[in-house]
This record gives sequence, structure tokens and C-alpha cells, in this order.
Amino acid sequence: MKHAKLGFFLGKKTIKLISLLVVVCFASFWIVEQSPIDPVRAYIGEMSIQSEQKAKLDEYWGVNTPAQEKFFNWAGKLLKGDFGVSLIYRVPVIDVIKEKFTASLILMACSWLISGVIGFVLGIIAGMKNGTWIDKAIKTYCYILTATPTFWLALLLLMVFSVYLGLFPLGFSVPIGVAAANVTLFDKFQHLILPALTLSLLGVAQIAMFTREKLIEVLLSDYVLFAKARGEKGLDLILRHGVRNVALPAITLQFLGFSELFGGAALVEQVFSYPGIGQATVAAGLRSDVPLLLGIVIFSAIFVFFGNLIADLIYEFIDPRLKQKEAML
Amino acid sequence: MSSAIAMGNKSLFQGLNLRQKTILIISFTSILLFAIVIISLFLAGNALPTNFESKNLAPSLEHPFGTDWMGRDMFVRTLEGLGLSIIIGAFASLISTVLTLILGLFSSLGKTADSFVSWLVDLFLSVPHLLLIILISIGMGGGTKGVIIGVALTHWPSLTRVVRAEIKQLKTQEYLHISKNLGKSKWWIATKHILPHLSPQILLGTILMFPHAILHEASVTFLGFGLSPHEPAIGIILSEAMGYLSAGYWWLAFFPGLSLLIVVLAFDMIGENFGKLMNPKMAHE
Repeated sequence: MKHAKLGFFLGKKTIKLISLLVVVCFASFWIVEQSPIDPVRAYIGEMSIQSEQKAKLDEYWGVNTPAQEKFFNWAGKLLKGDFGVSLIYRVPVIDVIKEKFTASLILMACSWLISGVIGFVLGIIAGMKNGTWIDKAIKTYCYILTATPTFWLALLLLMVFSVYLGLFPLGFSVPIGVAAANVTLFDKFQHLILPALTLSLLGVAQIAMFTREKLIEVLLSDYVLFAKARGEKGLDLILRHGVRNVALPAITLQFLGFSELFGGAALVEQVFSYPGIGQATVAAGLRSDVPLLLGIVIFSAIFVFFGNLIADLIYEFIDPRLKQKEAML
Repeated sequence: MSSAIAMGNKSLFQGLNLRQKTILIISFTSILLFAIVIISLFLAGNALPTNFESKNLAPSLEHPFGTDWMGRDMFVRTLEGLGLSIIIGAFASLISTVLTLILGLFSSLGKTADSFVSWLVDLFLSVPHLLLIILISIGMGGGTKGVIIGVALTHWPSLTRVVRAEIKQLKTQEYLHISKNLGKSKWWIATKHILPHLSPQILLGTILMFPHAILHEASVTFLGFGLSPHEPAIGIILSEAMGYLSAGYWWLAFFPGLSLLIVVLAFDMIGENFGKLMNPKMAHE
């Protein structure tokens, strides 16, 4: 019974993903097609060339082919897994994305975990001490954080820790002038700390405020009143009745934040020159690397989709309250 | 947050009730924001004097935010940038609100229309927001125009979602059924019965959209899209400042960013207090 339901659910989601990707491909291609960008210019850069060569390149890149034909060419190759060649990196788009996304995933995973845990704990503390100075301090902190421009916080941290204290390197994910083989794990770790710290600090706000509100709601419920009547109190009460009820919605919310995480990573990577997918996106956008940009759009849509999918899965299959409801039916 | 601020100003606000305090906070912050916009509009006309004798000065009484490498006063540049940000934010929120209104009312017309709107919302939320703005701004040919359109066209989905849920709930109300049975058209019901209920929600949603729009505009500009380097946008000031960090010119990045933060906070505060005023349940807290 349960497996059948899961199978049905996943089948439905797969169809949804496919239809979403088709529309995203179509829409993003159409948007880029509107742009007056000249792919040949993007490829050759500022070099000056003769008009015959330009004509040849025009033909090669399909400047004069009609949009529909271009789309079907591109989409046809896409179906075979061929995303085209990146204009600025001069390697297949799929390779660029693989490399950059892995680097970003480490960064995003770190900050996602740290911000989730710290945010949750802060939220629990604030909710527990509702109305006291601790609660007010945490609330003020979160409030200010949501208004803070990501890149500004990144700049401040860079200034304080790298320029003044000299604790961390000024950028890049590996030291300059060191061969790739000689880069130690420690080097990589050192270059990861500040970007991850920035993203974590900012990610805390939403989850803490949410947890706080949920906990206050739970503490006002009848079953907590009953538990209090039985003599439970303090941290024990919170852990037994509060945290268990708040944890799942909080985790769900954290999974729904993949879209913002991506945007934050793009800004942070730019400041710290961390060679991840965000930096590749900016480079592709600024230098009109259309194949790479479209590839990134598709992969980021898949990334966001999986975040939402996990949130849905938790909601539908793991939440014990829903199980109970089913049993009752 | 507002309680913390109210606490700090206890002596000033004593004797006022919550409603009066809330109105006071709203008026103070609004005046501040208006002042920034008006001053920046006055400043925009005259080009900033470059004075190489007073370049890279640390903050002082004469130059509260310091000066940059061309000797331009950072305080003036920041004010201009903030004004530009607020204007772009206002424009973007306005467009997004109009889109929300149209799509919200459209979704009330029937089941197919409703699923179309919900599908469109899902589609816009399926790509990371920042990436979507970049994509649209490129599609529009980049430049200032590209960024403004990109920001304006991408801030409606969350408000539309709220409005749609509200409409769904309204539609179960009896007076709507009666109105329908009396032979009123769908459009008549949408504009005469549903719209008045939505207007406070939409007004609040528009104010709360402001900070998002401003932050996104600054972010995209910081990344190098859109606004040209001559434009005194906060994003551009900060991305320029990045090159001078290792030289120790901390004020180039610190003050403009802080001012942006304060503007965003001010909008948040207006929104929150406005919400309090409109929510009858919280009116006598």
C-alpha cells in the first residue's frame, strides 16, 4: 500500500519534472533569443576579423538561421545529452557545470547545514524565552540579517578576516601559483571557510524566525498544557513536545530554500573569487556565453526541483501526524 | 524589532498608545526615505566634482563617509545611489503589484484560469530568483533597462500565491454564491466583491516587496549587470570598493552598504507597522 503510494507520487513528480524542464528550456531559449547578443562577438571577443571570416563564423554559429530551427537544433542535441560548447571556457558545457557545481555544492551544503542547525537552536531558545531579552536579541539579529545585502556582509568579513587579521586568503579556492596536484585538503578548507561563514550567517534568520513562531504556537497548544499539568517542565518539556513537533516543518522549510541558497552562493562566490557555479553564471551572463547560461538555468532548475521534492516527501511520507490521519481513514 | 525601537525611545513616546506609536514610526521612516529620494533627485543634475587633492580620505567631519580615489565625496555618492535604488524598487514593486492584481483576478474566473496562474507561479519559482533576473535582463539587451525589467517582472509570484489563496477562501463565502445566483457576471463579482477584500493584502504586499526589489537590484548591479559604471548605484559603488579593500580603504564599502541596510530596514519597519495597524486582532496589543 505504502509502496504503491510512493511509486505513484514519484511517477507524478517525474512527469512534473519533465514537463517543467521542457517549459524552462523553451522559455529561457526564447528569452535569450530576444537579446541583441551576437554569439560570434562573444566567441572572438575584441579581436578584429575580416568580414569573410565573420560570415563564415556567422554561418557556423547559425546567426542567420531562423529561431525555430535554432531551437530544435539545440533541443535535439540536448536530448542526446549534448549541451553544446561553452564560449568562454572552450570546453563542453556539461564539463564546466560538473566541475563548478561540485565546488558550489560543497559550499552550499556546508552553509545549509550550519545555518539550519544554528537557526533551529536559536529559534528554539527564542521561542522558549519568548518576551525576554534573549528573545529580543535573537529577533533583532534576525531582523537585521534579512535586510543585509549578502555581498556587503561578504565584503565586511573579507575586510576584517583577510585584510586586517590576515587569517584567511584573499580569494580563490586554492592558493595562487600552486600546481593542482599540490593543493592540500587544508588549503581547500581554508578557502571555503569565509564564503561558507557568510552564507551561514545570513541563512540563520529565516529558519530561526520560523522555528520561534512554531514553537510558541506549540507551547500554547492543549497537549503542552496537559503535559504541564502532569508536572513536566523546563527543557524536558521543550525537548519532548516542542522540538519533536517543530523539527519537521523546519527541515521542510530548509529544503525549500534551495533557490535562495543558489542566489546567495552566486554573490558570495563573486566576492571571494570562489570558482563555483555562481561565478560561472556571472561570467556567462556578462560575456554572453549563451550555451553555458542555458545549461546553468536547466541544472539550477533541477537543483531547486529536488529541494522541493524532498520537502514534499517529508511532508507526505515522514510526518507521523499524516500517517495517523491515514490510519484513521 | 519595533518593540526594541519603541523601548529605546520610551521617553519620547511616553503617553502615546500603540496605534499612535505605530503611526509615528511609519511617518518618521517614510519622511526619511522621501528625503533621500528628493535630495538624490536634486543632486543628480550636477556632476560630482573630482578633486584629486582630497582623494582616499578617511571619514571626517567634512566628508562623513570619506572620499574615493577621484576625491569624490562618498556621502553624496551614497545618497544618489540610494535614491536610484528606491526609485527602481518603487517602479519594480508597482509593476509586480499590477501583475499580481491582474493574475489574481484572472485566477478567480474559473478552474482552468486558476490552474494556469498557479502553473505560472510555479514556473517562475522554479529557477533561482537571481538567475532569472540575470536571464531576463540579458534578454532585454542588458543595461539599466534590462535590470529594471528583470527586477520588475520577477517579484510577483509570492504575492500572487498569497492573493490566490485568499481568493480561494473568499470563494467559499455565501454572499458570493448569492451574488452569482442573482445573475452577476464573474467579472462583476471579481471586481465588486473580491477586489475590496484583497486591497489591504495587496497594499501590504507591495510595501514588503520593496526591500526585496532593492536588494535584488543592488545585487545584480554589484555582479556587473545593467547599470553603467557612471551611474551612482550602490551595487556599483560596492563593486568598485572591492578593488580597494586590500589597500585598507574600509569606508568605501562600509558606509554605502550600511546605508542600504538602513533603507531596507526602514521599508521592513513601515511594512510591519502597517500590517499591525491593519490587523484588528493586534490593534490593542
